[in-house]
Amino acid sequence: MKSRRGVLAALLGAATAPLSATLAGCAGNAGPLRFWGMGREGVVVAELLDGFRREHPGIDVQVEQLPWTAAHEKLLTAFAGDATPDVAQLGNTWVAELAALGALAPLDGRVAASPVVQEDDYFSGIWHTNIVDGKLLGLPWYVDTRLLFYRRDLLARAGFDHPPRDWEEWRKQLRALQRIGVAQPLILPNNEFEPLLALALQQDEPLLREFNTRGNFQSAGFERALAFYLGLIRDGFAPVESDQQISNVWQEFGRGRFAFYIAGPWNIGEFRRRMPAEFKNAWGTAPLPGPTGLGASTAGGSSLVIFERSRRKPEAFKLIEYFARPEVQGRFYDLTGDLPPRKSSWAWPALAADTRARAFAEQLERVRPTPPVPEWERIVNEMQLHAARAAAEGGSAADTARAIDTSVDTILAKRRWLHQRGRA
Amino acid sequence: MTRTQWAGLGFVLPALTVIGLFFVVPVVAGLGLSLTDFDLYALVSLKNLRWVWLDNYFTLLQQPLFWKALGNTVYFVVLGVPLSIALSLGTAVLLQSPLVRFKPLLRTALFAPVVTTLVAVAVIWRYLFHTRYGLVNEALQALGLNPVDWLGDPRWSMPTIILFAAWKNFGGNMIIFMAALQAIPSDLYEAARIDGAKAWAQFRHITLPSLAPTTLMIGILTTAGYFQLFAEPYVMTQGGPLQSTVSVLYLMYDQGFKWWNLGTASAVAFLLFGLIVLVTRSLMKLANRGASA
Repeated sequence: MKSRRGVLAALLGAATAPLSATLAGCAGNAGPLRFWGMGREGVVVAELLDGFRREHPGIDVQVEQLPWTAAHEKLLTAFAGDATPDVAQLGNTWVAELAALGALAPLDGRVAASPVVQEDDYFSGIWHTNIVDGKLLGLPWYVDTRLLFYRRDLLARAGFDHPPRDWEEWRKQLRALQRIGVAQPLILPNNEFEPLLALALQQDEPLLREFNTRGNFQSAGFERALAFYLGLIRDGFAPVESDQQISNVWQEFGRGRFAFYIAGPWNIGEFRRRMPAEFKNAWGTAPLPGPTGLGASTAGGSSLVIFERSRRKPEAFKLIEYFARPEVQGRFYDLTGDLPPRKSSWAWPALAADTRARAFAEQLERVRPTPPVPEWERIVNEMQLHAARAAAEGGSAADTARAIDTSVDTILAKRRWLHQRGRA
Repeated sequence: MTRTQWAGLGFVLPALTVIGLFFVVPVVAGLGLSLTDFDLYALVSLKNLRWVWLDNYFTLLQQPLFWKALGNTVYFVVLGVPLSIALSLGTAVLLQSPLVRFKPLLRTALFAPVVTTLVAVAVIWRYLFHTRYGLVNEALQALGLNPVDWLGDPRWSMPTIILFAAWKNFGGNMIIFMAALQAIPSDLYEAARIDGAKAWAQFRHITLPSLAPTTLMIGILTTAGYFQLFAEPYVMTQGGPLQSTVSVLYLMYDQGFKWWNLGTASAVAFLLFGLIVLVTRSLMKLANRGASA
């Protein structure tokens, strides 16, 4: 009952969107510049805005906070109901989705004319997550990638003075750690897609083929990545469990239950706060090992976008241009621990002094974007579900890759149809 | 039509309009939607919308996740409904006993979960069932048992949800049972006592048969309600771990509001609707046969 009403409401919302758009079109230019921020960033942004307000007293910025869990639905509903803000923070995997809706304003012209935003100062992998069909639709705000957190002391006891540089050395270290009594030296939570995705991005083949309308998970590269991933679990290096079951990663890491953890930048702060004092210098961060030498990783993070329906695009761009300044990004780092996407922002004192953040800077030079299709989030979820099932029940990498391709092709069926008609 | 007929029509028209506008139109629109592939692309332009007729239904029936969700929902109903009804009946009978003191207080306390906000109590239950700090696991450990990962282990997540739902919902049915119990004439019990029937025999041969119509009604309502499991997994587990708490309605929510596949989501809704009709009809049939036998 409830369900059908909800669906109808959405249908009506979709049907009336053009109407309300014309109504809104009649309204004047008045009203504040609306900014949607998410989670912690949405809270902190108010503090950063003081400087902007001093420089542009005429622009009234109104910040609205969304929780991350509801943000995706909110954005789509806002689009359907013609209630999109002027500027928003957007997880960069969502850029393609909103681009497919035509909801985002291209920034190429404004960026080319901007003295502040310099493309070659940004990490290239991150910059490219914002390009869909050759158009720049967002400016990177902060970056997120996954790399290795490791226990230096345990590794030293196992006879190694450096973190692993390639897959083979990694496995060697894992085996050596087992020998000194760390039964399962790595954790790969089976509900997190990032580790496997990072391994997959290290391969040469793209993850989708035929203009991103079919899965390419049966490529030799992905199968190699998947086999390596499953091997880590089958050889007992990592337990089969979800992050819920681990419950307190920091404590377990401190106790030495495991020595490797693939995680993101926010964990630098968490580990620093929560690891027991005697282990203060016992852990470090390192770029992710690849098949031959150091490898690529995911290009996550958030971008700032301007919505197509905004009638205050010049003011909106002034705002995201302000956030792109290295010194503002530095302050943003102080407030949140989010890593800046610009290379020059890394000269910020607090960042330059942090040895553990440096591994991220190195990794960021080697991050790769995922295919810019609206279906990507579903695809990557599907990939992880199949991989988790294979890890738990023991399917082969080849069978699993075939199963992933089958479900991905189903997800992309509509996209294929549109592509044949030249609409996607 | 005669004048009276016109007058009659005039009287029912407001109600019919409301029903038509808020029930018939949405249902028909939902049915129509379930025959299309309405998705994100169709939101951009209706040119991207295709009539796919029954394709959504066929695709769903071939999807392992749909069957998994159905299995989870049936698991929840088959275990949850009897448990919930037994709890309601048990507490109602106990509260009826002349030995119980502070009846109004107990009645209020047992009814309270029904009228509290689900999200608020879910937060408390998550604490209670926390693997490391939860009261439940502390009690288990005090008894010398191993702690259980209630919400993180795919084998335990659904039983935990069932416990939670039964606790949250039994109070409402308890009140109905109490009303029905009061309607049983006390001379029946007196006669039974004179014949030498003990408490259990009285319960089996007087209380249960007298409550049969009430139990049937409660059974049907609870079953229909439990098939629509959604809020509990949504706030407690988000469908996890390993999709062990994805219910049919949760699947619909995911399809419709997370991935914006409104066509598929409507098809899920209609499949669930058909299933509920089927199950409640067979419950009625079963009860009728029992009554005539």
